[in-house]
Amino acid sequence: MTFNRRTFIGTAAVGTAALSAPLLATAQGKPRVVVVGGGAGGATAARYIAKDSEGAIDVTLIEPSRAYYTCFFSNLYIGGFQEMDDLGHGYGTLAADYGINVVHDWATGVDRDAKTVALAGGGSVPYDRLILSPGIDFIDGSVAGWDQSAQGVMPHAYKGGTQAELLKAQIMAMPEGGTFAMVAPPNPYRCPPGPYERISMVAHLLKEVNPTAKIIVADPKEKFSKMALFQEGWNDHYAGMIDWIGPDFGGADVEVRPGTMEVVIDGEATKVDAANVIPAMKAGLIVERAGLTEGNWAPVVPATMQSRMDENIHILGDASSQGDMPKSGYSANSQAKVAAMAVRGALTDARVFPAKFSNTCWSLIDTNDGVKVGATYEATEEKIAKVDGFISETGESDELRKATYEESLGWYAGITSDMFG
Amino acid sequence: MRNATRSSLALAVIFAASALCADEIGDVENGADLFGYCSGCHEVGADAENGIGPHLNGIFGRAAGSIDGYFYSDGLNRMGADGLIWDLTTLDAYIENPRALVSGTRMSFDGWEDAQERADVLAYLRAYSDNPANIPEAEPTARPSEVELPPEVLAIQGDVAYGEYLASDCKTCHQQDGSDEGIPSITRWPVDDFVVAMHAYKRKLRPHPVMQMQAGRLSDEEIAALAAYFKDLD
Repeated sequence: MTFNRRTFIGTAAVGTAALSAPLLATAQGKPRVVVVGGGAGGATAARYIAKDSEGAIDVTLIEPSRAYYTCFFSNLYIGGFQEMDDLGHGYGTLAADYGINVVHDWATGVDRDAKTVALAGGGSVPYDRLILSPGIDFIDGSVAGWDQSAQGVMPHAYKGGTQAELLKAQIMAMPEGGTFAMVAPPNPYRCPPGPYERISMVAHLLKEVNPTAKIIVADPKEKFSKMALFQEGWNDHYAGMIDWIGPDFGGADVEVRPGTMEVVIDGEATKVDAANVIPAMKAGLIVERAGLTEGNWAPVVPATMQSRMDENIHILGDASSQGDMPKSGYSANSQAKVAAMAVRGALTDARVFPAKFSNTCWSLIDTNDGVKVGATYEATEEKIAKVDGFISETGESDELRKATYEESLGWYAGITSDMFG
Repeated sequence: MRNATRSSLALAVIFAASALCADEIGDVENGADLFGYCSGCHEVGADAENGIGPHLNGIFGRAAGSIDGYFYSDGLNRMGADGLIWDLTTLDAYIENPRALVSGTRMSFDGWEDAQERADVLAYLRAYSDNPANIPEAEPTARPSEVELPPEVLAIQGDVAYGEYLASDCKTCHQQDGSDEGIPSITRWPVDDFVVAMHAYKRKLRPHPVMQMQAGRLSDEEIAALAAYFKDLD
């Protein structure tokens, strides 16, 4: 917390000055861009800046994991539709083919005056522009009885890789006719349809291995993403298996007891055999440490994804507070391209075009039963604003649902190739 | 002579496809109808030219990836270099499951399961192969235009640099190298095909909701910019 909330002097004019700022290549050589976080936002931004600047910008990517396991599609791993190995991606191509300096370390703080990023392993990395794309962290205490020390017992499984494997192992170990509970998160959170696709995939898995098992969902929200589509699908595929408890029936009044594997909903304790607690979320810690948050998230200038508090820093994806876009891998990837263009425009003489954003989220309900929701967005002064959108309809043909699922596989191949080269 | 059993027997026994006449392979007339599934991308006949896909005149006996002036995927070039020759057996395997035979092909087609349908369409194509005398004075394959665009819209010279930025939005799903793993290739399409397709989405004549939405916010100039960018993409 050394670097927080200071030196905001002169940041009032950030938004308007951003695109017209003169090029100030460092005297020492090429301008330097540092990207923190190698996910859908950070990897994409690093790749596009390196690729499109053709060596004119020095790009460093700081990411602790050597293999990145996507959070998107982790539900399909739980359902048995994907292998975990296929969700892991390395950074070798970004280093070898794009000349990106990939540093596997934790970024622990930002000195905004000196324009350096401190590393857990010691030392610091200087930047002319910094891109922060750290994803989410969880708010301890947002679900009574849960903090991150409990994630080994009641996993959130809301970051890719190990947590999803743990949750699946716990589901597989449930006794016959056992109970699976999910505590769903309050808005806003990463991947709005994610908890409900997860319920679908857990139900799919249990139907195969443990068909008399039950699923309880405690939800603080009255409505959720693709609600009608999921409810139709749950009725069609998993009748009688899923008990969704909204706020009217105490879904917002939840306590968990990891020591005894109990979930208390509206005062009533239930012993469960597997519990997936998805707590309330906030921006990844580095953004808070850099003093760039307002509440739980980091406000940004829509046209460039620059922090409203520091024009030398862009914040992408889940961590940002930008307006209408959902927090999703697709959104982060889309925002990364806008930020990459703005950064190149500021540091080199690259042309800058009006920002266009888009997002689509596919969800799988059961085998070959895919649905999607999407929208396009533009930058206004105030926020990233929705332009147009669509959503799958209830009652669609099997053929269309299958095509939608197959399209999601194509999207996964496409976005991961767009992120990692 | 037109059932699936005969067809697969023939494939197993006869390697030299050139020894076969078209009407021994399958039903040419039915094949002409079925070619409608191909004709969005491929032309065949007297005036056939390369489009989204290469023209198919003389496909029988030709090495894969060998038509001058058509930009093939790395996958097809590799198969051609490795010695893949299109004959009845290899074409049948290819149109049954394109990506199983040529991984990385840009041909956005999931394949034909029905052996008789494959035989029929190959019989149709066979009529446009072999020696010149074997190519009848057929009408060039009709390619119905989906939307009537004013000539000035088709004449817009796209701004490639702008297209490159706009294309970044496409590449979240459509892979730059044209790999089709569930979402079709849009790499190296002829400009007019690209422009017509995008306007067809914009006017909601083509059904896909994501594409209708994406195309819906693009101006004529932006569509032209995208077409100009994707045309020459490596």
